[in-house]
Amino acid sequence: MAAILALSSLIEARQIWRGREAPARVGDQPTGWKALDAILPAGGWPDASLSEILLPVDGVGELQLVLPTLARLTKHKRSVVIVAPPYVPCVAGWRQHGVDMRRVEIVSAIEKEGLWTTEQCLRSGSCSAVLAWPHQADDRALRRLQVAADTGKALAFVFRDRRHLSNASPAALRLELEAMPCAQIWVRKCRGANVPSQPIPLTRYVH
Amino acid sequence: MLVDGAANARTVVAANDSARAAGLRVGQRLTAAQALLAQFDAVPYDPQGVEKWHRFLAAIAYRYSSEVCLLPHAIVLEVSKSMGLFGPWPRLESLLRADLTDLGFRHRIAAAPTPHTAYVLAGVSDGQAVLTADVMRRALRHVPILKSRLPASAASLPGMGIRTLGQLMALPRDGLRRRFGAELLATLDRLTGDIPSGLENFRPPDVFDLRVELLHDVENQAMLVFPVRRMTADLAAYLAGRDGGVQRFLLRLEHRDGRYTDVPVGLLAAERDAGLLFEFARGRLEHVVLPEPVIALRLIARDLPAFVPTGRDLFDERPANALPMAQLRERLRARLGDSAVYQLGSTTDPRPERAQQVAATANVALEAHPRPTWLLDRPIPLRGMAPLILSGPERLETGWWDDGEVCRDYYVVETAQGQQAWAFCPPGEQVGWMIHGWFA
Repeated sequence: MAAILALSSLIEARQIWRGREAPARVGDQPTGWKALDAILPAGGWPDASLSEILLPVDGVGELQLVLPTLARLTKHKRSVVIVAPPYVPCVAGWRQHGVDMRRVEIVSAIEKEGLWTTEQCLRSGSCSAVLAWPHQADDRALRRLQVAADTGKALAFVFRDRRHLSNASPAALRLELEAMPCAQIWVRKCRGANVPSQPIPLTRYVH
Repeated sequence: MLVDGAANARTVVAANDSARAAGLRVGQRLTAAQALLAQFDAVPYDPQGVEKWHRFLAAIAYRYSSEVCLLPHAIVLEVSKSMGLFGPWPRLESLLRADLTDLGFRHRIAAAPTPHTAYVLAGVSDGQAVLTADVMRRALRHVPILKSRLPASAASLPGMGIRTLGQLMALPRDGLRRRFGAELLATLDRLTGDIPSGLENFRPPDVFDLRVELLHDVENQAMLVFPVRRMTADLAAYLAGRDGGVQRFLLRLEHRDGRYTDVPVGLLAAERDAGLLFEFARGRLEHVVLPEPVIALRLIARDLPAFVPTGRDLFDERPANALPMAQLRERLRARLGDSAVYQLGSTTDPRPERAQQVAATANVALEAHPRPTWLLDRPIPLRGMAPLILSGPERLETGWWDDGEVCRDYYVVETAQGQQAWAFCPPGEQVGWMIHGWFA
């Protein structure tokens, strides 16, 4: 038996390296929404992570949340992949938001291939952001996406119905969109900080 | 054991180690062999198959040298120039060995200043490398006559007490010419390099065609995966040899009585990586419904364009092991279908239904009027109470010339649930709302 050593003496002698998560680099992936950037711990989207956006119905400004980011990425010639979108992206509208559609790949996949496709795109390392609308993603599936996003250093956005709010999620960031009585964003989970108690108003604008 | 010859006079062409230990010899009659050893597997010798694989290996060797020649049961390649590219001989030798082992071929390799000497030395033992003319002469001196691949007239030499090449070369040339003819002397001169080798260079074929017969009938695709992996690996090796890529190839699943199912594999750009080719082929294969059992597989590649490796930026921000976008696209297409991955672009048509299409690249100015971010495939009616109008109208009246006439007033509206929609109604009215998109 080795002699019992006090842990504190080992730490003081600097013989032990204490693993901790590297501090997130601040401001690498600004959302383009000043009020949101101000309260998020990473100063924007958590880089190389999964962000979950929960909505009550379609068309309440969920794309407006990510379009400034997509515009910034595509302008830097980075590819963005949209996996099995619920509707056809309207090119004229996306371009009005500054997105370069030549960098946007749209993948049509049936429901059960959607998660596989999303994971492949995230893992590939050649996509800067991947948008997906999984319907039946459980905790495990989302965790796979989170790991894939980390491997491929990509931003993963999943858009899901608000009823999933009660289920735990491995996403680094969870935002809930509220349309009525007024459009606002609740931060429901953000890794690295406490959840703010107040919602952020979402200014909807139409070009 | 390989046997060949007419049905009543089969002879042994090749025997493995355990058969040789039992006393079986090449050239023996099959009946004699059966008398020596009770049980062995006799496989008919297939000269066409041997020829085919011979040429296949020559195509592989073409990767290392531009001068490749075929000799009976051997391939000779000129490596003195290749060593500048691949490194000194031991390194080049290990590369060759690694390739041959990966492809599952047993081999013997020898290096010498003349092709015929290398051929002879490879027949004697494995791994000899004589790199100068002096060493070569010394090495040749000890080669037994029986292994020195001399013309048939030399068969009587050992009976005269001349057992090695050294002894033969020491004999007076005039006497040799008189007794054995000029052919023997010419062969000796070719060995030493005194006269040119006179070999014709091999040219790799322009079509890759590989057929593998399965040992038994295969009824589900999963069982085909293993042979397909082997075939695509062979294809990749062949492509690397001619420094080309493949854009389109065909997997032919052969059934009984000459029927077959074709599985075409098309790629967006030329590729030649074994892993990728296998993955794409497997992806296509998974979607095939086998109508009947498969007895053989054939891989045919005719479209073999030059391979251009994708360049990467020195200051690329992506992770080091990133899969290029083109390959990701291929991977998705292989599993999801050829048209599953696309890009949308604007057209000059103002009608929303026709304002965008796949792969359109028209350079259109930004639309001045509001456009949604989601477009519905077909407009849906808006039920319930009248929506709140946020902006509009924008009148679209066009298409009278091509049967796709539209005449609509578009508005941006907000529904009772707080959704912002792009909706239209007939000109001048504000009833009968149809939603055509969402400002998501």
